[in-house]
Amino acid sequence: MSRVRIPPTLRGETQGAREVEASGGTVRELLDDLLGRFPSLRGQLLEDDGLAPFVNVYVEGEDVRTKDGLETEVDDGSTVILLPAMAGGAMPQGQSLGHG
Amino acid sequence: MPGYRELLQEAKASIEEVDARRAQELLDGEDAPLLVDVRERDEWEQGRIPDAVHVPRGHLESRIEGVAPDRSRPVLLYCSQGNRSAFAAKTLSELGYERTISLAGGYTDWQRSGFATDLPRSLGPERSTRYSRHLLIPEVGEEGQLRLLDSRILLIGAGGLGSPASLYLAAAGVGKLGIIDADVVDETNLQRQIAHSTNSLGEPKTDSARRTIEALNPDVEVVPFRERLTSENVERILEHGWDVIVDGADNFPTRYLVNDASVWHDIPVVHGSIFRFEGQVTVFKPGAGPCYRCLFPQPPPPELAPSCAEGGVLGVLPGVIGSIQAAEALKLALGIGEPLVGRLLLYDALSGEFEEMKLRRDPSCPVCGESPTITDYVDYVEFCAGVGH
Repeated sequence: MSRVRIPPTLRGETQGAREVEASGGTVRELLDDLLGRFPSLRGQLLEDDGLAPFVNVYVEGEDVRTKDGLETEVDDGSTVILLPAMAGGAMPQGQSLGHG
Repeated sequence: MPGYRELLQEAKASIEEVDARRAQELLDGEDAPLLVDVRERDEWEQGRIPDAVHVPRGHLESRIEGVAPDRSRPVLLYCSQGNRSAFAAKTLSELGYERTISLAGGYTDWQRSGFATDLPRSLGPERSTRYSRHLLIPEVGEEGQLRLLDSRILLIGAGGLGSPASLYLAAAGVGKLGIIDADVVDETNLQRQIAHSTNSLGEPKTDSARRTIEALNPDVEVVPFRERLTSENVERILEHGWDVIVDGADNFPTRYLVNDASVWHDIPVVHGSIFRFEGQVTVFKPGAGPCYRCLFPQPPPPELAPSCAEGGVLGVLPGVIGSIQAAEALKLALGIGEPLVGRLLLYDALSGEFEEMKLRRDPSCPVCGESPTITDYVDYVEFCAGVGH
């Protein structure tokens, strides 16, 4: 089992959970387990079965893109962090955007 | 007993005097004399002749050997009018210096004749007091403070992150602060945007921020840009030659414009973003570490951006993140410490924890990689990034 930290922008898809457990020996297996329970996360994380270009996954503080991508091994007990692109500030819908 | 006038005449008669033109020739020629400024410290601080060494008249006998151990080398002395330097030249000749020359008319005449001078490189008494807590830090000191006063930092946004960042940079004495923001101050801003206040409601944020900054520190020149950053205006805004960009933008199109511009212009970007209780900071320094596109080659498609209605942010959170951005910007401007290059600092206010991720350059990055595929600005469609403004 590994601990997967859910970023605040994605907690809407995990019923507000900040951290969930997931199992898998690789990032792909781990995400499969996670997406089995939270299917609406899929579009936020994967694109054409690969990692989406607007999200990063860190295993023990290292970007998996700089390792073996989705095939990067995940040791039991690892901390996995999902990091989607975050812009910084936002206006209520319908208003023009300003600065954060 | 001879009076001052007689003493001066006697001194001048016993030494060699040259005018500014001849002095310049001597300094440019072979066997150039050592140039010694014998004025007081406050005069020296107001400006001087390039390459001069400073030995105040009162310390001449005790200090001259330290700066001019070779008595056969000519010494050219100057003061403000040419009188103190005449006495000084006489003294040096009595000390065994073989050729001592006094600049007739002194620094005043030199300056009036249009010869080169060095601008004041000293803070002066008022600034020394204002920045005394910086001067006490060896890593900053007078030299660092002068560097800050010469620095130009551009802030993207005068909102949650830009407010604390701009105030601390202004307080620190950053000489020029550019502020880009198209918005006006509204009531929902005041829970966190501390550069604005209740009496600036409805006012452009650039005006409101400028007033706050100028009240805090008149040393700072604010350059307001009351517009949104676009591919059309980015080059014009960058013409000011910014040393550092502090990115507190609230939307993806601006983030990507800032990134691409910073890579092409080689300007480090201090990147901060916030959402609810969590924030992140990093420094994108072209060449030294990854850029924003190494992390996120493209923005997410609009339909995947979380609803803005879910936004919101703890008021103090931009205070924490914006202040860290200011600290990073000052480090970059001063060239000290270890900026957050290749490191993403995450802060969770609820758990009270900081965490650090390693970020690496992507050799296939579309902008800073080995064979870039993006070579011109891209205007992405605006959409809500789901983040608490």
